[in-house]
Amino acid sequence: MTSSVAEIPTPPPAPSSPQGSAASGRRRRLGAGNSLAAKGEPMVWLTGGALALAVAMIVCLLVYVFCQGIVTFWPVPLTHAKMGDGTVLMGEQTRAEWYRLDDTAIKQLPPEVQLAAQAAKKAGEGLVHRRLLRTGNFDLTGTHFHWINDFAIETETTPRNAMVVERLEKGRFYGTPKSITIAGKNLVTANGSEDNAALDEIWQAFVEHHDTVVARRDEIEHLEKHVLGIESARETNARLEMRGEEIVHGLESEEYVKAEAHFQQVRAEVEKRTVEVRQAAEKLKAQNRGFLVTMTTAQGVEKNIDLADIVRMYPANNLSLTEKWSLYFSRWWEFFFADPREANSEGGVWPAIIGTLTMTLAMALAVVPFGVLAALYLREYAKSGPITSAVRIAINNLAGVPSIVFGVFGLGFFCYVMGASIDELFYPANLADNNPVYGKGAVIWASLTLALLTVPVVIVAAEEALAAVPNSMREGSYACGGSKWQTIRRIVLPHAMPGIMTGTILAMARGAGEVAPLMLVGAVKLAPELPFSMGDWSGSLGPIPTGPIHFDRSFMHLGFHIYDLGFQSQNSEAAKPMVFTTTLLLIAMVAGLNLMAIWLRARLRKRFVSGGF
Amino acid sequence: MTEQLATHTKPTATDSQDAGVAIQPQPPAETAKEGRLEAVARGEVVPAIIDPALEDEKHVLEISNFNLWYGKKQALLDISMSVPRGKVTAMIGPSGCGKSTLLRCVNRMNDLIDTVRIKGDMLLNGDTIYAPTVDVIELRKRMGMVFQKPNPFPMSIFENVVYPLRIDGERNKDVLESVCERSLRGAALWDEVKDRLHESGLSLSGGQQQRLCIARAIASEPEVLLLDEPCSALDPIATGKVEDLIHELSGEYSVLIVTHNMQQATRISDYTAFMYLGQLIEYSPTATMFTGPKLKETEDYVTGRFG
Repeated sequence: MTSSVAEIPTPPPAPSSPQGSAASGRRRRLGAGNSLAAKGEPMVWLTGGALALAVAMIVCLLVYVFCQGIVTFWPVPLTHAKMGDGTVLMGEQTRAEWYRLDDTAIKQLPPEVQLAAQAAKKAGEGLVHRRLLRTGNFDLTGTHFHWINDFAIETETTPRNAMVVERLEKGRFYGTPKSITIAGKNLVTANGSEDNAALDEIWQAFVEHHDTVVARRDEIEHLEKHVLGIESARETNARLEMRGEEIVHGLESEEYVKAEAHFQQVRAEVEKRTVEVRQAAEKLKAQNRGFLVTMTTAQGVEKNIDLADIVRMYPANNLSLTEKWSLYFSRWWEFFFADPREANSEGGVWPAIIGTLTMTLAMALAVVPFGVLAALYLREYAKSGPITSAVRIAINNLAGVPSIVFGVFGLGFFCYVMGASIDELFYPANLADNNPVYGKGAVIWASLTLALLTVPVVIVAAEEALAAVPNSMREGSYACGGSKWQTIRRIVLPHAMPGIMTGTILAMARGAGEVAPLMLVGAVKLAPELPFSMGDWSGSLGPIPTGPIHFDRSFMHLGFHIYDLGFQSQNSEAAKPMVFTTTLLLIAMVAGLNLMAIWLRARLRKRFVSGGF
Repeated sequence: MTEQLATHTKPTATDSQDAGVAIQPQPPAETAKEGRLEAVARGEVVPAIIDPALEDEKHVLEISNFNLWYGKKQALLDISMSVPRGKVTAMIGPSGCGKSTLLRCVNRMNDLIDTVRIKGDMLLNGDTIYAPTVDVIELRKRMGMVFQKPNPFPMSIFENVVYPLRIDGERNKDVLESVCERSLRGAALWDEVKDRLHESGLSLSGGQQQRLCIARAIASEPEVLLLDEPCSALDPIATGKVEDLIHELSGEYSVLIVTHNMQQATRISDYTAFMYLGQLIEYSPTATMFTGPKLKETEDYVTGRFG
């Protein structure tokens, strides 16, 4: 301002006109200053709006998943509906919607409800309301769900004594108990669905005996799966040993004969033991068969259900709030810690949690040393030049390669080249058995594939962390006579550690959420055995024992689980709640990792903040 | 405090004269000397005036015909000077005259910069510094260096002080503890930190941090102590403490210090070297330098008439 005033005095002849022009010039400037573009307000709105939109989208997604996931396990009342055409349905309402009902559809309806349909359509201005009832009883009706139109309902009740039965197989059962048999003896028989006293007695008897039956069922499962599993593994190992001797020494050799004799001995032992175990299991099963409850469906069909087949049974319309909460939490508990049932659409995700954690941690173990060493070389040793720049660009581009490409590479290189080589070297017998150990999808190859995928993230983060170490620190160390490596190890690395940790955790979060490449290198719909099992210390990677970690096993993964439940399930409507809860769990895990990164960074950074003056 | 203020204000007060001095030689009477700064500005090599008193000293460090280039730009021109043993030698001169560069050349810190090229040599107690066979790590262990900004490492006070021993592989706890105490006492910091040796070095105040750096620098009993403007980031009280410390260190250690503060040079140093645009102009006992310098240019600079 002052400088422009200072320049005005260079006087053209007429003193008044320059005054005017200067003034008008100033006015023009003011005008320009008033324009929207100059003020910058619209840019504030534009940029702020973009941010708000992005945040809103993310928040909406999270809130939707959270709400859907959190209510899934809350017990819903049982609706008993008597329809206008005389049919009866009973089930849990899963969702409701308004839809457009056209006239041809009305004509196809039973004649009794056509009038009601037309009335409802008129009232709803073309739209009618309907609800999706989970009616269960798949073994009787062949379907899990029924849509019911509100107008087609004659009477709707919530019967006090109706029960929800979650079964091990064939999904849920809805009905009213008729009688209960305990240890082969009929204990109580209800006189119709209104006989509250008898029905309560049945309920009490169920609660009393269900736990013991379940304990027996667990014992049977332990015997049949675990004990027999160990036995059959023993037999397999002996057979593989024999196979190995055959490959190395030939059929005629002394070693083979010895191994064969050993195998025969083991087989005899295993057979004997198997018979014993089966007998024990059979005994328990026979005991359990004496416990059953007879149910009557809403349609009046009777059905016997073994107590051993029941996961839980509850009177949905006769629950106190405490009972509801305990049911809710027991379902979450089951979700976290139980094995999946019914093509993954019921039960829990424990194997998927273990699989995801094992895979992610193994990935971190592989990716961190490589990433940090690479970053150290790039930042501390490499002279800056075209080659270094090219390498940096290549690393950044690597981060942009579609993940499925890494999956294909992992399958081609890790499984079929490295895995096959390991098999040839250390497991020739398995290979001869046509049963590769490492030459197939395995948790180790999945980890290494994801390590490749995330190594750019770690390198970039570690490089930035190293660059942020003040040069004065390095100089101080050099001036004390520190060598390059001493300086890096004692000064640079500790100082860069928070940044490196953050990068690592972010890479882990990225890896934990990845699905596409995993489908090629080891993630499966249902894994028979866990990749990490404290009960089985037989893991090995070639000649190296790995204890409870079984790197050769395929595994279940939460991300793949979501895909499988949501899009590959036979009964997708029933699997939908699991999709939301699993998604919620995966998001929570990734968010947890990120929070840990933030916390760790804050904590470590405190060490490097100067006390000041 | 007043002294501090004085040094800070003086150069600014003479700002306007500054240009005049550089372009026009001042009093016409001493024409022979007038051309000196002009010649330096033109890039000619002007021989330095070195007081004969220096020749009577024993020298810890000898710099002979030392040249240095940053890329194509020459930053040091044919510098020859000897640093006396057990004395404090200050280097003064306007910003960019190369005094810090020269100091960093003594322990070869400039090796870390890719574009640096040098010619000439330095001798530390008779051993060459710049021969290709010299082990730089071993060389640096014979010197201690303190930087402009305090740079304690993010570790405990104790670990900071014994860092030079740690990287030498010293594990004996008694040795480490005795060195730590001796160094901290030497740096006049012992009484302040003896109860919290295992707190972070970063928890100290700025002045304490700088004295911690000095303790670290003297922990390995260096033959020469290099101080690169050690007080420029400190307040006057902390400066006073560090100056007292340097004063106490003289005699035991040979100190080479770069400073912008003329008063500081007079207070703490035995000898002073005046540098200008990469050349050594005058090198004399401090008393001579500040009361009766041989060159008019030196007098102009030390009295604040230019620079």
